[in-house]
Amino acid sequence: MNITAMQRRKLALIAVIAVLGALLAYVALRSGPLAPIAVTTAKVESQSLRPALFGVGTIDAERTYRVGPTFAGRVRSLTVNVGDRVVAGQTIGEMDPVDLDDRMAAQASAMQGAEAAVREATARQAYAASEAGRYESLLAARATSEEVLAAKRQELVAAKAAAANARSNLERMRADLSGLQSQRGNLRLIAPASGIVTLREVEPGTVVAGGQTVIEIIDPASLWVDVRIDQVSSGGLRAGLPARVQLRSGDGKVLHGRVLRIEPRADPITEETLIKVVFDTLPTPLPPLGEFAEVTLDLAPIAKGPVVPNAAIRRMGDRIGVWKLDDGDPVFVPVELGKADLGGRVQVLKGLDDGDTIIVYSEQELGPNSNISVVDRIPGVTP
Amino acid sequence: MISLAGRDILHSWGKFVFTGVGLGLLIGVTLVMAGVYRGMVDDGKALLDNSGADLWVVQRDTLGPYAESSSISDDLYRTVLAMPGVAEAANVTYLTMQVRQGETDVRAMVVGIMPGAAWGSPGWPSYLVEGRQITRGHYEAVADIASGFGLGDEITIRRNRYQVVGLTRRMVSSSGDPMVFIPLKDAQEAQFLKDNEAIWQNRRRTAANPAFNRPGQPDILDAVDASQASSTSVNAILVRLAPGGDAEAVAQAIRRWKRLTVHTRAEMEDILIGKLIATSSRQIGMFLAILSIVSAAIVAFIIYSLTMDKIREIAVLKLIGTRNRTIAGMILQQALALGTIGFAVGKITATFAAPYFPKYVLLLPMDAIAGFIAVMIICALASLIAIRMALKVDPAEAIGG
Repeated sequence: MNITAMQRRKLALIAVIAVLGALLAYVALRSGPLAPIAVTTAKVESQSLRPALFGVGTIDAERTYRVGPTFAGRVRSLTVNVGDRVVAGQTIGEMDPVDLDDRMAAQASAMQGAEAAVREATARQAYAASEAGRYESLLAARATSEEVLAAKRQELVAAKAAAANARSNLERMRADLSGLQSQRGNLRLIAPASGIVTLREVEPGTVVAGGQTVIEIIDPASLWVDVRIDQVSSGGLRAGLPARVQLRSGDGKVLHGRVLRIEPRADPITEETLIKVVFDTLPTPLPPLGEFAEVTLDLAPIAKGPVVPNAAIRRMGDRIGVWKLDDGDPVFVPVELGKADLGGRVQVLKGLDDGDTIIVYSEQELGPNSNISVVDRIPGVTP
Repeated sequence: MISLAGRDILHSWGKFVFTGVGLGLLIGVTLVMAGVYRGMVDDGKALLDNSGADLWVVQRDTLGPYAESSSISDDLYRTVLAMPGVAEAANVTYLTMQVRQGETDVRAMVVGIMPGAAWGSPGWPSYLVEGRQITRGHYEAVADIASGFGLGDEITIRRNRYQVVGLTRRMVSSSGDPMVFIPLKDAQEAQFLKDNEAIWQNRRRTAANPAFNRPGQPDILDAVDASQASSTSVNAILVRLAPGGDAEAVAQAIRRWKRLTVHTRAEMEDILIGKLIATSSRQIGMFLAILSIVSAAIVAFIIYSLTMDKIREIAVLKLIGTRNRTIAGMILQQALALGTIGFAVGKITATFAAPYFPKYVLLLPMDAIAGFIAVMIICALASLIAIRMALKVDPAEAIGG
């Protein structure tokens, strides 16, 4: 009896020690450096990729007209408001003439004086001419001296010069008046093209400088997206590419368009290529200028070839490659990569064949001697 | 020969095992504390490993980008790239902030990387556990799994919303915050461009300044506003050396000719572990030391009291003429057995408990082996006191009692 009790105790103790030992072995092998690294695998498949470019930009108008006075002055009235449609030639506002009319009146009276001066000079010239003629006949009859005739002739030349002077003075004044008149005509602000008023910079009563914008008009038909694309991923960009535009306010709605042109000048600081994308059909209502837009440009599909997910691409030193499963052991294979699409698939030009099994995700960084275990999903990732 | 220790253990095996388990939990806590310390250091190293860089080029006279703030122009990387010995150079930004997702927010280190550049260029997450790497130049994010974000989640960083397209693991900052990788241009905005309110206020402030808002020259104000809202700075340039490159020589050349501060990997480790987490790791180290001393004291006390419990039996053994060696061996064997059980229980509990800690707990096998040796030595030392007591006992006590 006593012996069996002793044996029972012995068995229980051995059981406890065995459980502890098993747990310790499990802990030692399943955690720390001896534990296998969980990986997921995928088969390399031959697929055709449709690469695309992605950029961001803002809505802008190709044709923007900034209307303002040609010289400094005060705005008298503006007849249009932001959002109004205007047609080419429409008067959209007027500048205050201030003293322009008075200056024109003064100029007109000054001109009358000048005309009188011309008449007077003409009369003087006619009188000098007849005097000169008369003294010539007197000299011929030896009734006067040559000296007197010379004086009369000199008077005639002076009178002619005075008349010419008076006439050119009159011309100058006429030109001045016409200058004032055309200034008066320029006081009207006229729409140079049909469009929509987008900006009413100042209100009547404001004094503006010459050339300053008072009213801005855009041509809504010329709405485009000013897009910036990172230079490193702008290969294949060309005019005419179909574009998908998503406006910030668009709630995911896709608008279609195409690349109008690639700007010959890129931004050297931000390293972005600038392009213009036009809409196939203008969205209604028109999006506000300056609204943010995301643009995806679809490039032509490329020929079938082995394709891997970009998560599979790893680095070993200065080589780029993927981990291939060779008889269950991971082997690093350097690859040459081709084009990629925005969905994260990359074409492999060299290094892999269809049907190869590669490692996509791993729990840790892999090394040549890594002990791996293939799982469906890396532990800790919730589906 | 019959094992005295084994028989004694069998005699009261329940008490023995439970004492061992209790001791094990104490050893487990000590091991976890060591793991917390190792995890802290490992977080710092993980940050350096993940960046994939050999050199860090930062603002002059700063210990950036992790320990201090650093800001350099984002076109400087081109001049660094032209230095001999440099294979790759990439801009990077780091910003620790709250990343919002719906109603909640997570503290994360937002890393701006150059997407579309060569695969795995410095700064990129080197491996993923789900999803894919960033392919678009804007509004995509790869998040560390510790952030709790899932694939397809929309997260908000400052002004913009990002879609989580990939998940990674063990990509943490030196303080253990999960990393969120986003495209560099977005990260620059997140770091330097303020919220809408601040922008509007700033515009009003600029407009109120007569130096910028001159009558008759309205364009100046627009130009000033535009220059305030643009950012062309990054925190650091990560440099990868050409194969066989000498880090110190390249660093020296960049320091000399580009007039920037360059940290090598060794210097960076020194900055992170020696400076950034120095006090907090010393704090944990202090705690670990105290815990070890307390554990040792408790182990000694347990073995002493276990021996004292059977002092009568020992007296009887002496009375019947058992040799001192046999008695001492019994006590020592029991102490070592107790230590072994305690260590096994401690190691098991520590390993199973480690993943539930909010920060990374790294249990190194070397630490475990050192812990085992320490436990054995402590048990042996503790048993010495008990052996001395046992040998001093008067055999007469066996009958005197």
